[in-house]
Amino acid sequence: MTTKAIKRVDEITIRFAGDSGDGMQLTGTRFTETTAIQGNDLRTLPNYPAEIRAPAGTLAGVSAFQLNFSSHAIYTPGDSPDVLVAMNPAALKVHLKDLKRGGVILANANAFTERNLKLANWDSNPLEDNTLDDYVLYSVEMTKLVSNALEDSGLSSKDIERTKNMFALGLLFWMYNRSMDSTIKWLEEKFKKAPEIAKANVVALKTGYNYGDTTEIFTTTYRVDKAEVEPGRYKSITGNDAIAYGFVAAASQAGKELFLGSYPITPASEILHALSALRNFGVKTFQAEDEIAGIASAIGASFAGDLAITTTSGPGLALKSEAIGLAVMTELPLVIVNVQRGGPSTGLPTKTEQADLMQAIYGRNGEAPVPVIAAQSPADCFDAAFEAARVAFKYMTPVLLLSDGYLGLGSEPWRIPNPKDLPKIEVKHPDKSILDEDGVYMPYRRDDKTLARPWAIPGTPGLEHRIGGLEKEDVTGNVNYEPLNHEKMIHLRDEKIKRVANEYAPTQISGNKAGGKLLVLGWGSTYGAIHVAVERAREKGYDVSQAHLRWVFPLPNDLGEILDKFEQILVPEVNLGQLIKILRMNFPNEMTGLDKIQGQPFKASEIEEKIYEMLG
Amino acid sequence: MSEVKTNEIKLTRKDFVSSSEVRWCPGCGDYAILANMQRVLPDLATKKENYVFVSGIGCSSRFPYYMDTYGFHGIHGRAPAIASGVKLANPELEVWVITGDGDGFSIGGNHMIHVLRRNIDLNIILFNNRIYGLTKGQYSPTSQLGMKTKSSPWGSVDRPFNPASVAFGAEATFIARGIDVDAKGMQDVLTRAQKHKGTSFVEVYQNCIIFNDGEFEDVSNKKTRPDNALYVEHGKPMVFGKDNEKGIIIDGSHPRVVDLGEKYTPENILHHDETNPIITNMLLQMSLDASFPTPFGVLRAVDAPTYDDLLHEQINQAKKQRGEGTLDTLFYSGDTWEV
Repeated sequence: MTTKAIKRVDEITIRFAGDSGDGMQLTGTRFTETTAIQGNDLRTLPNYPAEIRAPAGTLAGVSAFQLNFSSHAIYTPGDSPDVLVAMNPAALKVHLKDLKRGGVILANANAFTERNLKLANWDSNPLEDNTLDDYVLYSVEMTKLVSNALEDSGLSSKDIERTKNMFALGLLFWMYNRSMDSTIKWLEEKFKKAPEIAKANVVALKTGYNYGDTTEIFTTTYRVDKAEVEPGRYKSITGNDAIAYGFVAAASQAGKELFLGSYPITPASEILHALSALRNFGVKTFQAEDEIAGIASAIGASFAGDLAITTTSGPGLALKSEAIGLAVMTELPLVIVNVQRGGPSTGLPTKTEQADLMQAIYGRNGEAPVPVIAAQSPADCFDAAFEAARVAFKYMTPVLLLSDGYLGLGSEPWRIPNPKDLPKIEVKHPDKSILDEDGVYMPYRRDDKTLARPWAIPGTPGLEHRIGGLEKEDVTGNVNYEPLNHEKMIHLRDEKIKRVANEYAPTQISGNKAGGKLLVLGWGSTYGAIHVAVERAREKGYDVSQAHLRWVFPLPNDLGEILDKFEQILVPEVNLGQLIKILRMNFPNEMTGLDKIQGQPFKASEIEEKIYEMLG
Repeated sequence: MSEVKTNEIKLTRKDFVSSSEVRWCPGCGDYAILANMQRVLPDLATKKENYVFVSGIGCSSRFPYYMDTYGFHGIHGRAPAIASGVKLANPELEVWVITGDGDGFSIGGNHMIHVLRRNIDLNIILFNNRIYGLTKGQYSPTSQLGMKTKSSPWGSVDRPFNPASVAFGAEATFIARGIDVDAKGMQDVLTRAQKHKGTSFVEVYQNCIIFNDGEFEDVSNKKTRPDNALYVEHGKPMVFGKDNEKGIIIDGSHPRVVDLGEKYTPENILHHDETNPIITNMLLQMSLDASFPTPFGVLRAVDAPTYDDLLHEQINQAKKQRGEGTLDTLFYSGDTWEV
């Protein structure tokens, strides 16, 4: 065995790219899990086509998974990859332009056949001409190497060929000094019923690892030290899983059963999947016949006393609009999760966007205010879901939780909270003692402080009452069409939601708390990219600060004051400037928008450039 | 069904009458359905506080406001979905869905077929008046071809369907039919509906005195009803007519109306079997055929697993197998690491 040099690096971004059938999401996820266990901080960005299997070898069928990991705290999946794994010519064609100059390309040479090259519009084989002269190219015959290693396995050549992603993974494990143990364990568990397949994958993984170790092509391995993060126990989590966990935790802390009414939709379905697995937690998941039935069943469950939620993406939110209005009118607690994707219409189902903000805040008939909370990182989805449920209970209101494809499918290490430290959520259901002197229950008699109405649930003797979508008479809740009562109720519902802002923690400014030249203000998943951009600019001496909105509706009470402290305000959004329009309606300050609508999250460098442009 | 124990205090019809003023048009068939419901419930063993009436939009959907029980007036067509959530949240509740031919079979048709398919333990009453009343007189999916309405002044070219047949196609486990003017018949089917475990589908022919008066004249008029209505009862012969002088037989592969006498007697004609889908379907087809009487009563009642039972059994089973989940077991599942 040759002794090879170990180079210590601080931060690496790898992009795995291949055909939809090449298992790139799985390969990326395994590398992520292993990297997480080894203590690096990380962020991931899956990027795959909407088609399950676009024609093999085509540009449309390329699926990718990007992972950024480092020895310090990181906030984004990385701007440009340092390493590109290209399992076929199409993957190289699509992703080469993003690779850092001088970056590493690890290609499966066997996939660069004449047919595949043609499908990917290469005039000649880039592995053999001078196309890749500016990069470090490792052209490895992965398919051939696994075929040799598994020639006596008795498996079909198709099954053997499928293990080539494990070869690539093994090679990267070697290159970045990662252990194969957790992946071997995982393969054995996943293919428990087909041990020969498990074994073949393990062989392929080890073949890749040993290939790196023994061949002389590779001279260096890289070490990325553990990241210095807050002590505690961690696990790697996607935004969608974190949302599922957040609701289970909220139900538990409120002493409620959790009900999810949902219809599958990309990229939100994983929340339904995660919660469906939790039957032993008493979680009731109802895969409804459509989006409307998803929310309607949740409203029914809420009326009957459960923590009720519904999960969807933009097109589904459009279908749920009328029912959200019903929850506003009946003043029942409910959380609607929108994992946003590119729109309009069917749009870009598997890509990310923040263009449903206006829909979330205003997309209903009538004056129908709903608090809107936004998650800012995959792990933060846990806190956002918990907080959404808490506010829904406390104010007896539907709450809209905005995530997006980037957060929902991306992952990062989550510092696991001690369940004992989670706040209790107080939920009260009245009994007969709430009846007035005439023995009548008043379903719309409100709490003085929150204006929430009482939540009497069916099964409670003496509190039988009727509610619905027709306008209510103040206090009694009876159907009422009188002009002044309607106006009063509109104002009451509006005022109730305004008071939700009293719940907010003070808005944090990271940078110059006293104010300065430039504030970058964002909401939702842009947090990481803005944070990195602002930090980089500050290191270069620029006077720039960051503030990020947790609740986008109602806006925080202290926001005006914060805006006034800065000479310039920059609002980056993955839409055509929706938050900035809302801010302009509310505040007189000059503001500059930075919009990107490509189905991809911001790169930190894009925001950084804008900061330099504005600060000269 | 939540018949756990009998009420300690005997309830009466009045206990189910709410303080809301009933606002249907004078002479509307809905009054009769409301009155019959209020008469039936005190004799059933469910506690008053466990009743929930859920409706959609339309004249019939105002029904929950008039019942002194828990009630939810939903949005157009969605009552079956709302009611499903209520029942799954608390299986102890006795949930009734009130809907109409527009609400349940036009805008809400999708929810209707799926609730029936799942067999959630709910009771659905379809108020079928074959017209849109609340929007003031357009044809509905059950209006007859050629019917002249505000939206079909030249006559409807919109072929109707038979809601009970749709329910049958959607695998409903309980299908019954009543008519507003027949109190006894309606009370019988409402009682059976509540007692049935699974989704009970009850169609009530209901007269809209303003926009479609007399639609069911042949079976509501006391003079013509005996010859035009067939009351079926499980295990009993299919006889009808003023003096029960007519019956139904199967002739080859077709049903036929026969006069009873020497050749055909109540013993040798067709007997109703509510568990036999062939008989149910035959009765449903007779509803559309003017040469046959319209069947009323319980047309189908079969046992099948209910969604709510299966769900809660699965939850119990999962708890037994994996232990009751706690936040600790959830958070620390899978690969974790210490920093």
